[in-house]
Amino acid sequence: MSTKTKAVWNVGLIAALLGLLFLLEQVLPSGSMLFTVLKKGAIYALVAVSMNLLNGFTGLFSLGQAGFMLLGAYTYAILTIPVESRHSVYQYFDGGIIQFALPVPVALIAGGIVAAVFAYLIGLPVLRLKSDYLAIATLGFAEIIRAVFQWDKLGPLTNGSNLLRNFPSFKSVLYPFVVAGICIALIVMLINSTYGRAFKAIRDDEIAAEAMGINLARHKRLAFVISSFFAGISGGLLAMYQTTIQASMFKSAMTYEILLIVVIGGIGSVTGSCISSFLFIACSEWWLRFLDNENLYIGSFHVPFLRPGFRKVVFAVVIMVMVLFYRKGIMGTKEFSVEGVRNFFKKKLGGKRVTEGGASHE
Amino acid sequence: MSKENVLKVENVTMQFGGVIAVDNMNLTVDKGEIVSLIGPNGAGKTTAFNVITGVYAPTNGAVYFKGDKIIENHPQGKMKKLYQGENPVMYTGHHALAPTPDKITGMGIARTFQNIRLFKSQTVFENILIAKHLRRTSNIFTATFRLNAKEEARMRAESEELLRLMELEDVRDELATSLPYGKQRHLEIARALATKPELLLLDEPAAGMNPQETLELTQFIGRIRDEFGLTIFMIEHHMDLVMEISDRIYVLDFGKPIAEGTPEEVRNNPRVIEAYLGGAQDE
Amino acid sequence: MDWMSRNLPYLMAGISVGGQYALIAIGYTMVYGILRLINFAHGDIFMVAGLIVVYATTAMPIYIAIPLMIAATVFLGFLVERVAYKPLRSAPRMSIMISAIGVSYLLQNMALYVTGGLSQQYPAIPWISDTVTVFGATTKRVTLITPVLTIVLVVLLVFLIKKTKIGMAMRAASRDFETSQLMGIKINSVVSMTFIIGTFLAAIGSLLFFTNYTGVTPTAGAMPGLKAFVAAVFGGIGSIPGAVIGAFIIGICENIIKGLGWTTFSDAFTFALLIVILIAKPTGLFGEKVTDKV
Repeated sequence: MSTKTKAVWNVGLIAALLGLLFLLEQVLPSGSMLFTVLKKGAIYALVAVSMNLLNGFTGLFSLGQAGFMLLGAYTYAILTIPVESRHSVYQYFDGGIIQFALPVPVALIAGGIVAAVFAYLIGLPVLRLKSDYLAIATLGFAEIIRAVFQWDKLGPLTNGSNLLRNFPSFKSVLYPFVVAGICIALIVMLINSTYGRAFKAIRDDEIAAEAMGINLARHKRLAFVISSFFAGISGGLLAMYQTTIQASMFKSAMTYEILLIVVIGGIGSVTGSCISSFLFIACSEWWLRFLDNENLYIGSFHVPFLRPGFRKVVFAVVIMVMVLFYRKGIMGTKEFSVEGVRNFFKKKLGGKRVTEGGASHE
Repeated sequence: MSKENVLKVENVTMQFGGVIAVDNMNLTVDKGEIVSLIGPNGAGKTTAFNVITGVYAPTNGAVYFKGDKIIENHPQGKMKKLYQGENPVMYTGHHALAPTPDKITGMGIARTFQNIRLFKSQTVFENILIAKHLRRTSNIFTATFRLNAKEEARMRAESEELLRLMELEDVRDELATSLPYGKQRHLEIARALATKPELLLLDEPAAGMNPQETLELTQFIGRIRDEFGLTIFMIEHHMDLVMEISDRIYVLDFGKPIAEGTPEEVRNNPRVIEAYLGGAQDE
Repeated sequence: MDWMSRNLPYLMAGISVGGQYALIAIGYTMVYGILRLINFAHGDIFMVAGLIVVYATTAMPIYIAIPLMIAATVFLGFLVERVAYKPLRSAPRMSIMISAIGVSYLLQNMALYVTGGLSQQYPAIPWISDTVTVFGATTKRVTLITPVLTIVLVVLLVFLIKKTKIGMAMRAASRDFETSQLMGIKINSVVSMTFIIGTFLAAIGSLLFFTNYTGVTPTAGAMPGLKAFVAAVFGGIGSIPGAVIGAFIIGICENIIKGLGWTTFSDAFTFALLIVILIAKPTGLFGEKVTDKV
């Protein structure tokens, strides 16, 4: 398939997807679980891809994603709460020190930039550390950021440990899809550029990459800062989705969830991360809900063990099974593509004629 | 010497804790030469390479490339007391000069590794293309938004050309690590050449090869020297290869160069026979 | 005297918490020493130990409940290693660490299911929960017992590692995993033993730790676990005395910070300390230096 046909296919698919979403919104009631899953799934897809850029493509095992999401979410919220609501939101801090509100897109980007600036500063010392030490140091930084944002001395800016609310949110499911879609597209373009190739070289063999003239410190920092930028934007989107935020939401458990999404999708696969984040959110929020229902009967059989919380146990078991037995995740390091699907079916139908694999490499 | 020194290693000592791996090494490699570094296992050959390519900062001494000093250090910190090598105060007047390996590659010194280090999840073509990243002019924004399309096309064209010259076209889209051993060595050399070096350091290029492959490699090294106008400095154990293509040979024992000269001179040097050839007849 | 009675409680609490961290930290440091794995589930096993006491004491007398808890916790530690880590031993290090995170997620969710998300009242353990007065400061007896018990257990452990055959095997395995395997050391039993010892100490630590707190929640193990890990890194990962000293330092500093009225930052401080030590001396106070070979 030529590059041009591929592009046509991709654009067509995206247009069809957005059209479908638009149609669904007209048809289904707005409270439908489907929309919850789609909105949250899109946001998690973005943060999972941003984490994959680091862990999967650059080989930097970082666990700071929740901290950067917090920075993005807070920056967004602080900059967009309407001036007239500030007094009630910052009731313990005389309305806070910021007395203006920025437009939503500007604030989202500002959230990304704040996260990126912090990542730059944190990266200066920690990016020299190796594998698990890097993981634990970034986890530590995320915890420090969380503590600082709960500090009441910073209350006039962050509202201390109180909720931030009243900032603009989105209604349509198209909003997070478009924003996350653009961001993921940018990450994909980066991965396919010469810089993306350098990142993958670092992942495969640091010493060889350096011997090929790739400046390790600079490229690791780039990956770290860019990943954090997009984590910041996804934090802003998460704030919009949740309508209220609080620093205590952004615990390391959140990072672990994102990491598990990345692993289930396949470390090193962007489409894998996207697919798995929708599956993950759908399972944890929707499809397994029936397991929390104490009064579930099949015929006249009362299903035992079911009560609130059981779905999470089942879900965690499923994840462990994935981690242990399907180590490559859904996609491995491959990407989902129209061509891949076509080849897959050709192979199924046409037997041995097509020798290429089910999904295209890279 | 009328010819220009491409590489000059001056009084380099590398000491790890109390162990001296390279002991006051001095050597030069002239433009267009093929120079070999030989010596028993553990003589400090790879360590010397690692110093030249910036993996280790030497404990003492300096390295020059095309007449410019690129690496310099003197014993400092804890090493000040521990240092047992020669010329301890010779370089103290200057600031330490310790560029990272990528800077050294940028200057025009490329290398291969004793235990092949290819990018294992990448294809043959991608392995070479990655090395083209070094001579880019694009930044992260122009590269992401494909404003560097011309440069990208040039990188790809140059990599294709290199594949052709290295006779790797037929395995272009194979995973690098799926190649047979000899081909992997070829690919590593091709990848090093993609950084456009003037000086190529080969760390045991014939390791693990059979006599036939070694013979081919001998011709191959001579050919790339001529085609790319290279200077080659290599570590090697296969004596037929070394004697066949080297212009000059340095012999290293216990971190110290014990002899230097043409293959003929080295072959007949009694110290070399005693230290090296005498001990390992099969080599 | 006034100063004393005002600050002594913090210092004593610090020493006590330090001892509890030390008992958890040993599990981290021993496992890391041998498998090079940050056992993220260790803190959650510690939490499970707390929950077992909560539920066991409702059904049986405490002198049966406690040995039962210790046995069950040790078995859980053993089981986790066999099921979640052993199959991944030859996989990349990242896979096994992810598996550890998965186990942590599973244990937390199971605890959430069992407890219904409510904090469970930890029973008062006779004698060690009693209140005593030292230099005019009132505290629970556990505060005084913890450091003594910790040191006794550590001395026993060091003796075990230095003098017994299995201890020698452990030291060999932490020095060079592959070679020790070739030398005929039964690596599986060494690894299992490491987990058994680690979880045993964590079970004791849990008993001492939760006595000081009102309740056990599903995430109660996460923070002490992370801090104990930091203590292990601080002392030099793989070194048992290092982990113990690191744990005491962290416990004391944390409580002094609380005493100064900076409670928000008592957790953050631990991580700041971690980052400083990682940058200044990545091998910790007593760790050994490892270099990569090119």
